[in-house]
Amino acid sequence: MTALVLAELSDGAVAPATLSAVTAATQLGGPVHVLVAGAQGAADEAAKIAGVEKVLHAGDAAYADMLAENVAPLVAGLMDGYDAFLAPATTTGKNVAPRVAALLDVMQVSDILSVEGPKSFTRPIYAGNAIATVESSDAKLVITVRTTAFDKAGAEGGMASVEAVSGPGDAGISTFVGLEAVKSDRPELTSAGTIVSGGRALKDGETFQQLITPLADKLGAAIGASRAAVDAGYVPNDYQVGQTGKIVAPELYVAIGISGAIQHLAGMKDSKVIVAINKDPDAPIFQVADLGLVADLFEAVPELTSKL
Amino acid sequence: MKILVPVKRVIDYNVKPRVKADGSGVDLANVKMSMNPFDEIAVEEAIRLKEAGAAEEVIAVSIGPAKAQETLRTALAMGADRAILVETDAEVEPLAVAKILKAIAEAEEPGIVMLGKQAIDDDSNQTGQMLAALMGRPQGTFASKVEIDGDHVSVTREVDGGLETVKLALPAIVTTDLRLNEPRYASLPNIMKAKKKPLDTKTPDDFGVDVTPRLKTTHVGEPPVRQAGEIVPDVDTLVAKLKAMGVA
Ligand SMILES: Cc1cc2nc3c(=O)[nH]c(=O)nc-3n(C[C@H](O)[C@H](O)[C@H](O)COP(=O)(O)OP(=O)(O)OC[C@H]3O[C@@H](n4cnc5c(N)ncnc54)[C@H](O)[C@@H]3O)c2cc1C
Ligand SMILES: Nc1ncnc2c1ncn2[C@@H]1O[C@H](COP(=O)(O)O)[C@@H](O)[C@H]1O
Repeated sequence: MTALVLAELSDGAVAPATLSAVTAATQLGGPVHVLVAGAQGAADEAAKIAGVEKVLHAGDAAYADMLAENVAPLVAGLMDGYDAFLAPATTTGKNVAPRVAALLDVMQVSDILSVEGPKSFTRPIYAGNAIATVESSDAKLVITVRTTAFDKAGAEGGMASVEAVSGPGDAGISTFVGLEAVKSDRPELTSAGTIVSGGRALKDGETFQQLITPLADKLGAAIGASRAAVDAGYVPNDYQVGQTGKIVAPELYVAIGISGAIQHLAGMKDSKVIVAINKDPDAPIFQVADLGLVADLFEAVPELTSKL
Repeated sequence: MKILVPVKRVIDYNVKPRVKADGSGVDLANVKMSMNPFDEIAVEEAIRLKEAGAAEEVIAVSIGPAKAQETLRTALAMGADRAILVETDAEVEPLAVAKILKAIAEAEEPGIVMLGKQAIDDDSNQTGQMLAALMGRPQGTFASKVEIDGDHVSVTREVDGGLETVKLALPAIVTTDLRLNEPRYASLPNIMKAKKKPLDTKTPDDFGVDVTPRLKTTHVGEPPVRQAGEIVPDVDTLVAKLKAMGVA
């Protein structure tokens, strides 16, 4: 069973999400190849990932922006030689993989948490309130991988060969206009070791910055938010943690002024240590918190920042 | 231009699902059901495009049990013009849903099929992308802004790194994210009017689609439960505990 993994790239480099998908692919038991659509540099980088046998490099500019209309036919065309296609469950993977699955007439297994057998996997349903074990009856597997559920393969140590591949190129039905990237010197949310998240209680964008940023700085943390905080415009959309935002599992997750709705818990309840600060002792977030402090955040957060 | 809006009847997002003791699934008996929240956003967006003069007709479609009629009536009460129920008691997977939608889209020829990005029961996040693939049409997934521009549509997408904009040739498939709009509530007069709007009933067989599942669910269990920890009395204790745990 040879598996093909779609590399997630960020600023032209291999993103950590790729390494988790490689681990999941390895667990299928056969050789693992990685497809890099983009710059040669990223392909060379992917060749060093531990456990990868071969890197396929698609250098055609049509694939550079990861438009699903162009990338999916490329992947589908390569799948003759593979039994499984895996992509990390990032917004790129979620966009491309189902399109590949439909081209192959396969039902995708979304967001797997574990590999239970050659065609059997667990995956979260109902915002993670239930875990389903599913078995595929399709000839080929198409899978997206929940990156927090799999350790990262080593970024170094592999010596894969790099082979150029090509596909149908530009499908001519979509164009990439631009990316309004949120620039930040902070660790990226999905791979951060510590996350400080703020909720609706932070009042406005300015207050959010004033209270959350210094604490995050002290902890060397990434900053996250509840949907309510994002909707209210305190922070950009890509800060959202939850069922429909980012799934995170850091060593330490500090939830400040977040009630703990099931959709938020879905995104962070696998964190190693959860700390919650909330003035309502009955807030559901306390049911998952290792350490809870019932307090007014406007007093507790500055005090915490100064004492750390 | 017509807009086709697939809407799914799912457990209400406020209800905490209970896993059945025998591991066969989630208990949906006597549980409040509603329109999938992302689909409400899709209906709203379609109606706004119609109100803005960019579309002439909004057609809601649901694949599911007879009760999915209620979901379609909600869409009609919000402002959709007519509805199609593809009635089946089977659990229909995204791939089969996409095949049925393709058949309907080929008959209706909508300029846009506007879906939710994900159904909050199966959390698959596949149907729109699959439909786009089957039809060979472009896809604007996770949309937070949709602008029609002649024979193209510009879609701003919520992606991990920020906001991405793509330009798609019509006809196109769009899937909605939460911040696209705030769905309206249906007014009482509109709920009354919706009862008289046309609702066609079909079956998967009418479209020649085999809905046999490709994925077999062998077990549904509870997620690992987290033990609630302790409530600390003050910030000093919190700091001491964090240091002792080695995380701060
Ligand atoms: C389909 C769907 C998907 C969703 N996806 C997500 C998702 O991905 N992520 C997400 O987060 N949400 C999501 N939501 C929304 C979710 O249901 C909640 O509405 C949201 O998480 C609430 O955010 P919050 O906890 O910041 O706000 P609230 O629920 O308003 O909670 C604010 C909390 O702050 C506390 N507080 C107030 N003042 C103070 C103070 N001075 N000091 C200390 N504490 C204070 C209050 O006690 C309260 O507990 C989704 C909803 C739907 C329908
Ligand atoms: N049974 C169904 N009936 C109508 N629309 C559906 C159905 N299943 C999925 N959809 C549409 O596809 C979207 C994504 O669903 P999913 O791929 O299951 O996460 C939903 O938000 C709906 O718009």
